[in-house]
Amino acid sequence: MEFALSEDQRLLQDSINGFLDKTSPLDTVREAAAGDPAVRARVSEGLAEMGSAALFVPEDHDGLGLGVLEAVLVQEALGAAVAPARFFGDVVVAAAFRWDGDRGQQSDYLPKIASGEAKFAIALSEVVSARDGAGVTASGGKLSGTAMFAMDASDATHILVADRAGMLHVVAAGDADIKPLQTIDRTRTFHELTFDNASAEHLPNAAADDLVRLARLLLAADTLGASTAMLDKAVAYAKERKQFGRVIGSFQAVKHMCAEMAAEIEPCRALVWHAAHAIDTQDDEAPLMANLAKSHLAEVGTFVARTSTEVHGGMGFTDLVGLHFWFKRIGVNRQLLGSPEAVRTDAARLQGWAA
Amino acid sequence: MDLALSSEYEAFRKEVADILEANRDKAPTSEDRGMKNDRRLAWQKLLIENGLAARTIPQAYGGYGAEPDILQSRIIAEEFARTGMPRPLANQGISMLVPTLLELGTEEQKTAYIGPTLRGEMIWCQGYSEPGSGSDLASLRTAAVRDGDDFVINGQKIWTSTAKQADMIFCLVRTDPDAKKHHGISYILFPMGTPGIEIRPLIDMTEAANFNEVFFTDVRVPASGIVHEENKGWQVANATLTHERGMLGDPNSTKARLVEVAELMKRETLNGQRLIDHPVFRDRLVALQARVYAMQANGLRITTARLKQENAGMAGLIVKLQGCELNHEIARLAIDALGELGVLYGVGEHIRDEGAWQWRYMYDLGLIIGGGTAQIQKNIISERGLGMPREPKPAAA
Repeated sequence: MEFALSEDQRLLQDSINGFLDKTSPLDTVREAAAGDPAVRARVSEGLAEMGSAALFVPEDHDGLGLGVLEAVLVQEALGAAVAPARFFGDVVVAAAFRWDGDRGQQSDYLPKIASGEAKFAIALSEVVSARDGAGVTASGGKLSGTAMFAMDASDATHILVADRAGMLHVVAAGDADIKPLQTIDRTRTFHELTFDNASAEHLPNAAADDLVRLARLLLAADTLGASTAMLDKAVAYAKERKQFGRVIGSFQAVKHMCAEMAAEIEPCRALVWHAAHAIDTQDDEAPLMANLAKSHLAEVGTFVARTSTEVHGGMGFTDLVGLHFWFKRIGVNRQLLGSPEAVRTDAARLQGWAA
Repeated sequence: MDLALSSEYEAFRKEVADILEANRDKAPTSEDRGMKNDRRLAWQKLLIENGLAARTIPQAYGGYGAEPDILQSRIIAEEFARTGMPRPLANQGISMLVPTLLELGTEEQKTAYIGPTLRGEMIWCQGYSEPGSGSDLASLRTAAVRDGDDFVINGQKIWTSTAKQADMIFCLVRTDPDAKKHHGISYILFPMGTPGIEIRPLIDMTEAANFNEVFFTDVRVPASGIVHEENKGWQVANATLTHERGMLGDPNSTKARLVEVAELMKRETLNGQRLIDHPVFRDRLVALQARVYAMQANGLRITTARLKQENAGMAGLIVKLQGCELNHEIARLAIDALGELGVLYGVGEHIRDEGAWQWRYMYDLGLIIGGGTAQIQKNIISERGLGMPREPKPAAA
């Protein structure tokens, strides 16, 4: 028995973290947040060269054939760096074809996903929560309707969209109207997609639920990374900032805030790993664990985002230290693909605790 | 990452299960009361002989003498849980004193005490806290003054569980009043039957006396009871505290408790609606479940670190704080789900689980405070885990 990252997995973490330190420091994140699309393109390209797009594509389709555990490690690193980069969509769509595509579709799309030739936007929100009349209907190979909070759409060549019945479809990006939705989080872009009788290719074995759970776990990992970064920043700040003639980190009021953040975050790391490993090994509890990870990380992330900001005092509230990029990323992750309450209801349903 | 056990361990699991099953008729029941009940002691002896208790303690000292193997220990614990068979004795003597003696005791001390303690024939209590020395344990004042081959002890201890039943005490006393506070303490063992010891039960909020106050008036004990060295008791105590913190926060028992609440919520109704179907209560249950799963996975990380003889770091430091808090909150949910029925306590109609949830809710608050308060835990996490500075010492008054 071994519940720990392998040497390879630690190397993967180190290399992604090292890459992001160099390529996506805070100043670069600021440029992306100010609306420069070249930043995202640059960081995404560098990541793809390291194999991010190919990570979850099976080896027989020119991918790296790695697992969900490796994917969450990368996503965690991206969250820690609040990186403006494509990755989430690459993993989710690779899973869609791996799990739900027919052989022809797998051969058509998976190699292109791995090479970066096909870049997918992911539009699954309405499976979880349809608001303002959003939702997509499929009829005779055509899609109509709207999908909100599509992710990774800004540079997409294709769209993976779930219809109202939870069926999955592929649409060429050019066949949809793509309109930005401005959120609090400027490190990533979100879009509203409108389909008007758009030609769609259906994934026959579709179960959007599995994909939603994978996506939720990735969001949990993103929040884990962002939360860990916020704790590290709070501790570093508290060790330097002086008031009343001593560093504020020597005051128990401040130390205990940091201890509480650490005590909440640490078990989350194990929870996210365990949930990822459960999907990789097709454990019966995998769906439950993914939902527990998403809902719990939403709560812990929210606590950490607030507490770390408070440790930074007035500076935490300013744009100068840029802490708000992490705060907002965590805030968006909390709502995407289900608020904690919605996700816990799903977790209850999986156990026969809710109708 | 590989959570499967090798076939060798699966075989071990079967072996354990077979032993437990074969001896089912010898297991004590709730009828067998008292710490030294014959059936209970016979069961403990049987468990030791079969390697299911005192497994890694050398045979010379009354243990089974197996090599330490965390997975084997884990499997044994799981099999006790699965079969519902009575677990091996776990008291302060076994959990705290025995490891301390193995590490720091003299040969005479090991030979005299470890075997009877493991077999449940010798009960110990712990003399650490004092009325004026709780979190600041090292400020303790119970004095032991050297007189020939003896020490004469005067002072008072508090929070002493099983003081009445105890044959012996492991006690922290001040042997050098002039040394700095951590350097004048000794760790000493002596019989509770020594003249001059008075025990007063300390009734706590559960209405029971789970703890006692112990008073020492001119208690004369042999100096040979010192463990390790005179005035080095603080080191000895720290070894023991580490063992205690390991005891408080077992994720498997927390998970079992969560399952109990889920069952309770399926059984109990509010205005005809099952509590599990009540969205607010159900939401709380699942929120706690997520935390239980997180602590379980955290436990797997710690187990792995121990297997590799590595320090578990932050994953280990947070266990006492998070584990006790989680148990407390699970009890709170059960009480809230029962509502007014949840406040029934003692004997009477309508009461559920004999008031166990209220008892746990209160007792667990005691555990959050005891063994290093939550606030002390946060100091440890921030200082040892996050490298934050210690609170500066106040200028001498």
